[in-house]
Order: sequence, then C-alpha cells, then structure tokens
Amino acid sequence: MSTPPNPPDRRLDINAAAGPLAELFAVDLTLATVQCDGCSNTTDLARYDVYADGPGLVIRCQGCDHVVLRYSTAGGRLRLDMTGTRLLVIPGG
Amino acid sequence: MGTNDIDPDTGTAPRFVSRGFTGRARRPRSARLPPGQYDVGSGFPVLSAGPTPNTHLSRWDFTVQGQVDRVRHYSWADFRALPREPVEVDIHCVTSWSKFDTRWEGVSVDTLLGDVESGAEYALAFSDGGYTTNLPLADITGGRAWVVDTYDGAPLRPEHGGPARLLVPHLYFWKSAKWVRGLVLGEVEELGFWERFGYHRYGDPWRQQRYAGD
Repeated sequence: MSTPPNPPDRRLDINAAAGPLAELFAVDLTLATVQCDGCSNTTDLARYDVYADGPGLVIRCQGCDHVVLRYSTAGGRLRLDMTGTRLLVIPGG
Repeated sequence: MGTNDIDPDTGTAPRFVSRGFTGRARRPRSARLPPGQYDVGSGFPVLSAGPTPNTHLSRWDFTVQGQVDRVRHYSWADFRALPREPVEVDIHCVTSWSKFDTRWEGVSVDTLLGDVESGAEYALAFSDGGYTTNLPLADITGGRAWVVDTYDGAPLRPEHGGPARLLVPHLYFWKSAKWVRGLVLGEVEELGFWERFGYHRYGDPWRQQRYAGD
C-alpha cells in the first residue's frame, strides 16, 4: 500500500450527490442553478464540487470554496443545511 | 526483573511513554472499542469536507486569541522549538471506525497556552480551509490534547492534516481538527463546522454522542 505524497483533493462531481439528494427533493437538483452566498457566483449546481466521505455530504463553490449545501442521513435523521445557498433555481415546475 | 520500567513482553524498557495511557494498551482490544465502532485495522481512512490546503511553512503560524490577556503567535520555527511529546492513543471516528495504538508526536496544548491568562471555558479550533470545531477548554488542557506534526515517525501527510493537526483522542475524531491554525478562547461555546450541522457539541465516543440530543 502506497499513497502518493500529495494525493489530489478528494472532490467529486455533482453526480455523487444526485442519489442522496433524490431522497429529499422530488425534482432533479442536478439541473438546478445555485447562487453562492460566499461570492454571489451563480452557476449550475453541476459546476459545484462534492466532498462525500466525511460525516456529511458537502457541496462547495468552485470559485471560493464556500459551502453551499450540506446533507446527511446518518443516524436515521435527514439533515439539510443550505445557509450557503442564497438562491436555488430549478427549471420546470 | 526488578523494575517496573521493563516491558514484560519484550524484556526491554519501553521507548514510548504516553501520558494518561499507561496500562491501557494492555487492555483487550474489545474493551477499547467504544459502542457502535469497528476496528479499522491497519487502514487509516481519509475523510475530507473540502480541498486539502497547501500552506507553506513560511506562512504557517499558530495563534491563541479571543478572550486572552495577550494574543500568542507561534511561527513554524517557534512551534518546532517547543517541548515535544510522543503520544500513543486510540482514535474513534464518528463514521464508526476506530484505530488502535496510533503514534503521534507534537506539542501539548498546555504548552501552547503557556502563561495565557483567560477566564474562558471554551475553545474554538480553526483551520486552514475554514474548518472549525468547538471544545471545552478543560478537555484540551491537563495533558489531554496536542497539536501534532508527526505520525508514525514521519511528517504528518497533508491528507491527514499536515503540517499540523489537533489531537484530542478522548473525543470523536472530527474534534481533532486537521490543518489547525489556532484557538479562539471564549466564555460562550461557539459551535464548529459539524456541530452547527447537528453533530454533538461534545462528542464522547463512549457515550455515542454523535448527534445533538444523543
């Protein structure tokens, strides 16, 4: 077992969040547009980074690394934190 | 054999002495595994909530601030010149893995606090990348917490929190903040990154304090 001295960041793309978020949202959030509350950047959620191996799923802005969404179903309870999302726009409806 | 300093298994004096840990290493592993945990063995999972910071040591410092008589700054050179301690402990992650007999080296938080005068009861550890975690001051003093820069005899790798991380082995491992850069002391407990997300404000693995309300 050897680990490179400087492994790449453990970021994933939005597909890693699609399954878990589907437990809560009836619409496909991967099609949504999100405005980051950290830097005001507005872009497709698909262009955010996902970190999935911690105690909760963490979605961060690619521009400023601000956390826009945290999600967890650990412990038999569903938790959603969207304090970092200023605006969520979902097409359709 | 006449002296308590000789290890009965090896017949040699132990090279590794850990404060507050004497004798515990000989308890059976099953008794050292908190409820709901499993032994991860030789693995060491990496859990990250964000990108791995890349702070050059020339720009690294450790700060003790908040409710203090005077802010303390330690450069990397200052930090490395402080008295160091080896620490051998079991660690317990809230995601259910535990790892036995992990070997670290670093500086006791007691040493970093030094002669700081403060009426604070709580500390908020903060890290490169914006991570934070809250701890009662009593839980990181008295030889119960360290800032470590060495794991298993080698410089702590970035994915495990290098150049330096907090080590608070008696609490769930999210309290042992990777890439730690300082402590903010205060009278009021300000919640950290996972604690604001509903994780337990204290996080005792022996009481399975995983989530708020546990």
